[in-house]
Amino acid sequence: MSIFDILGPIMVGPSSSHTAGAVRIGYITRVLLGSPVAEAKIGLHGSFAATGRGHGTDRALMAGLLGMQPDDMRIPGSFEEAEKEHVKFSFHDMQISGAHPNTAFLEVRGTSGKELKVQASSLGGGRVMLNKLDGIEVNCACESPTLIVRNQDKPGYVAEVTTLLTQHSVNIATLNLHRDKKGGNAVMVIESDQPIPADVMERLEAMEGILKVTYLMSREEA
Amino acid sequence: MAYQSLQEIVETGNSRSIPFWKVILLDDMNDRSVTEEESVDTMKKMWSAMLEASDQYEGTMLSKSRLVGGMGAQMETYRTSQEPLCGDFMAKVISQALQMGESNACMKRIVAAPTAGACGVLPAVLIPLYREKKIPDEKVLEALYTAAGIGQVIAARAFIAGAAGGCQAEIGAASSMAAGALVHLRGGDSSQIIQAAAMALKNLLGLVCDPVAGLVEVPCVKRNVIGAVNALSCADMALAGITSRIPPDQVIDAMKEIGESMHVSLRETGEGGVANTPAAREIAQRLGM
Ligand code: SF4
Repeated sequence: MSIFDILGPIMVGPSSSHTAGAVRIGYITRVLLGSPVAEAKIGLHGSFAATGRGHGTDRALMAGLLGMQPDDMRIPGSFEEAEKEHVKFSFHDMQISGAHPNTAFLEVRGTSGKELKVQASSLGGGRVMLNKLDGIEVNCACESPTLIVRNQDKPGYVAEVTTLLTQHSVNIATLNLHRDKKGGNAVMVIESDQPIPADVMERLEAMEGILKVTYLMSREEA
Repeated sequence: MAYQSLQEIVETGNSRSIPFWKVILLDDMNDRSVTEEESVDTMKKMWSAMLEASDQYEGTMLSKSRLVGGMGAQMETYRTSQEPLCGDFMAKVISQALQMGESNACMKRIVAAPTAGACGVLPAVLIPLYREKKIPDEKVLEALYTAAGIGQVIAARAFIAGAAGGCQAEIGAASSMAAGALVHLRGGDSSQIIQAAAMALKNLLGLVCDPVAGLVEVPCVKRNVIGAVNALSCADMALAGITSRIPPDQVIDAMKEIGESMHVSLRETGEGGVANTPAAREIAQRLGM
């Protein structure tokens, strides 16, 4: 933990896990979606369902979906903001077996028409874990610069992607591979020590068989 | 890599003839690969956010549950119109602790230190001292590094979340951090800093986390007061040369042991302790929780 996990984050209260972490979950979902949110169905699990509303967890998730960060003073008014921007949203309680007590399940549709399902949990201190992306396990903390590459599950992609990163002097801290089924959709979650240059992103996106590349910056940059 | 021991921070500082805060600053630069200027800039941001949060307090606001709000203002009125038993300075500390805790409950912007629930402790001791004694900003930043270093060791050796180790891990840790920061502000040395930190944590060992209806409001807001007041008395003891008979790192280890044996109903579940009183149950029911 860095000293600014101890003194910090600067955040809108009342709870780092139920408020700040929830904003971050919404924000990460918004970044992954790649366009403003048009519609969101949000499921709250465990303690998020039990005490979430009193902690403003619902407003916090919505704020993040609108692109706000945990220190944004507009968080308490996020529902009104969403209505102004004609975002349709609803909340429901749900049970996700085996999930962390502070977990949210977000089904979102962007203005681009793109849809995304995100399951994420808030671990405390404002830190979060992205558990699943469209049903595929990713388990990513999204603390360091993180690259999420979705591709067809075929041989060779890992080598191509890592070679490209190495050529641009990006050091890979962790690399995780996940897939829904053999030959189906796969996800590569790469956490790096350095920010990923924009032209690397472009080249990745242009590669054949790569469906989508998303880049999440670390907390300080984001 | 964060230090795992307060003693080790003191020894590192002594061997290189640098103060406690500098050891933490250097470690941060190394840990996050940042320059001294970048690290200090981030710390400055935290400090100005604390001052801003203090200015943003509104005595008329109530939390959504309506359980807290207005107490910081009541305390201020009392302080300025009557003669507080604790004296004027301590009364200011109490007001500030209440105000910050209430701002947090009312979804205002605060600085978690080390958590949102305990966000009032550090500013409650630092802001009145800063304003009253006109302490230079650099000195306050040093005190914040000192506090962060203590918190980091507590997080590494034990925990800093009510859900993990009860309120001793939140208000206790905050109080420990604040005590060390105060000793630095008053010119104490590294070993006095960790003695103050140890005594402050020791005094709050066993404190359970029992928030009514699971909200960070009752008893949280007022516990910020005990965290702050305790920090001041422990800093004064350390400056007087009084030491903890149990070494600081071992006090942290004791906190961990106690936290681990704490029943889950007393670890932020809102089920035991104060949260389990008939009055609290009624509130929870009224709020639909
Ligand atoms: S009672 Fe629990 S929630 Fe409240 S301040 Fe203490 S640790 Fe935090």
